[in-house]
Amino acid sequence: MAAQSGIASKPRIAAVHSVPSIPVVSKQLRGLMVAGTLSLFATLLVTVYLMPLGYAAALSVRSASVEAGQPLWPSDPAQFAYNGQTYDLYNVPVNGAVRTLALTKPGREASTFVDPANPTQPIEWQGRWRTLDRVWNFSPHWANFAEAWKITNFGRLFFNTVAIAVIGTIGAVSSAVVVAYGFSRFHIPGKSILFTILVGTIILPQQVTIVPTYAMFASIGWVGTWLPLLVPHFFGNAYNVFLLRQFFMSIPRDLDEAAMIDGASPFRTLISVILPQAWAAVIAVCLFHFFFAWNDFLAPLVYLVGHEELWPISVGMSYFTGQYTQLPQLIQATALMAMALPVLIFILAQKVFVQGVVVTGVDK
Amino acid sequence: MGTSLARRESTWGLLFLAPWILGFLLFFAGPMLASLAASFTDLVLVRPGATHFIGLANWARLLNDPLVIKSLLVTGNFLLIAMPIGLALPLLMAVLLNSTRLLLKPLFRALFFLPVLIPGVAAAVIWQGVLNVHTGWIDLSLSGLGLPAPDWLNDPQWVIPALSLISTWSVGNAMIIMLAGLQNVPTELYDAAKVDGANAFYRFFKITIPMISPVIFYNLVLAAIAAFQYFLTAYVIYQNTAGPNNSALFYMMNLFKEAFVYYNMGYASALAWGLFIVGLAITIGLFTTARRWVYYAGGDS
Repeated sequence: MAAQSGIASKPRIAAVHSVPSIPVVSKQLRGLMVAGTLSLFATLLVTVYLMPLGYAAALSVRSASVEAGQPLWPSDPAQFAYNGQTYDLYNVPVNGAVRTLALTKPGREASTFVDPANPTQPIEWQGRWRTLDRVWNFSPHWANFAEAWKITNFGRLFFNTVAIAVIGTIGAVSSAVVVAYGFSRFHIPGKSILFTILVGTIILPQQVTIVPTYAMFASIGWVGTWLPLLVPHFFGNAYNVFLLRQFFMSIPRDLDEAAMIDGASPFRTLISVILPQAWAAVIAVCLFHFFFAWNDFLAPLVYLVGHEELWPISVGMSYFTGQYTQLPQLIQATALMAMALPVLIFILAQKVFVQGVVVTGVDK
Repeated sequence: MGTSLARRESTWGLLFLAPWILGFLLFFAGPMLASLAASFTDLVLVRPGATHFIGLANWARLLNDPLVIKSLLVTGNFLLIAMPIGLALPLLMAVLLNSTRLLLKPLFRALFFLPVLIPGVAAAVIWQGVLNVHTGWIDLSLSGLGLPAPDWLNDPQWVIPALSLISTWSVGNAMIIMLAGLQNVPTELYDAAKVDGANAFYRFFKITIPMISPVIFYNLVLAAIAAFQYFLTAYVIYQNTAGPNNSALFYMMNLFKEAFVYYNMGYASALAWGLFIVGLAITIGLFTTARRWVYYAGGDS
């Protein structure tokens, strides 16, 4: 019996393993191939998509003068110093092999070269030296960044941008928190109409108000100061209010009702009950406003015209680009300096951005 | 007692809403009304004291201004080229990121999103270099392949395609929203379609696209409004010139010139109201036609 069952079970095991195992393996293989193809495609897409960053990086450390035939990577012509003279290096075809030689005496139809390894023996070469390829050394000019910093007065621009962004962020967050609390927790007659107006102002072009607000700020003498860039943000931006209100709505009311019954004022409840539960959304709003201020262009361009000492990076850089078109390497260096802090913050707080975009974009 | 409690609550509530209501009146409603009034005058900011009521003259000028017509053509042309790219590219990225097979997903998501965080002026300056006809990498590659290399930013024909190319760097938000939309599509739908023998192509166009149509619609509205506000990139590249032959004279570029180069505030107010009306019309137009082609899972949304 036992032997019989052993014999009988053997092919059954084999059947279990062998018959389905072929499709299982090939399915895994197919899955791997799909994963590989997809990932390769995504890599290709990302490379093309971010190619301009590579361009900026390569150009930002390039030498000030560029010669014909110079490679795309940061390079200088390779040279050989001998007897107090410097000679340019060329790739010279000699007897069927390409050698790196220094041009000591250029001539029209024939030139004299020396081998840097053995400079005492001149090599006569027949042919036009201008048709030869030069040898290039990889040499990033890091000093471009220092020069760009100096020429744009970047320290000043950076300080101004940070100051405008930080003050504006304080105003934007504190006012949005207060207004969102009002929208999420209180019965107010006409609240739904007010909320519709609030959402409407998110979607309507904000630039339609730039002309009349300019006239208003001009009439009270605020043009040429930071005030038009700061004060309006202390009145609850619709986008931020919407985001915080959505978040506050998801916080259970039990705790703040308990606090109210204990005699806490609504303001006190906001500070000590709601806010501690809403840090994620508050940080998101902080970051959004900070980035908005960092990128804001039209308002500082209009309000700070002629006041270089007050300019943020965006306006300073635009002006600099128009003035120094013949210095592309410094322009690209400035562009990289301008994006350094935002990109760093993004890397540190990626999740906050992605979630914030989803909340405002999808839940509407 | 009950009513006094309710009144107390609404008083507190209004107190909390006060900053926004005040801001809305001071920086939105008030200025809008003031500019409506200004649009009927010849207000010029650098020439105070001599403002006259001129009736509908600014509005008549707006409707016949060749520069306004040009700016509408430029803006419309840009929308026609940039919007399809602005919907297809983030959708492609989102579909890739939504695939269970893709490796290193968080890295790809971050890299696709990254350009949104690059300050607009820096992005414009970088692309200006990349699109340079002599030293830019795009034209170097094209001529390396033996293809014609257009002078992207100086040939009036290529200006709008070039600016559309630059605008691909702002699709990150749309991508994230579309990705969230894709993740909300119930998997049962795909399973059922697979059982019925539907191929991937059919599943994409008959399930994915209809299911995320609200998200596509939302991005369409945003893209249309953004085109009428388009300013930064064109200004950084062309400053006050608006490009060769006014080929980059976007609506906002024209408005900016009238308002802040010529200080023609009366006429600029009419232009701003024109922008407001166009923005409103697009939004209402898209929302009223939405019922016909946007699918809302929960009925009304």
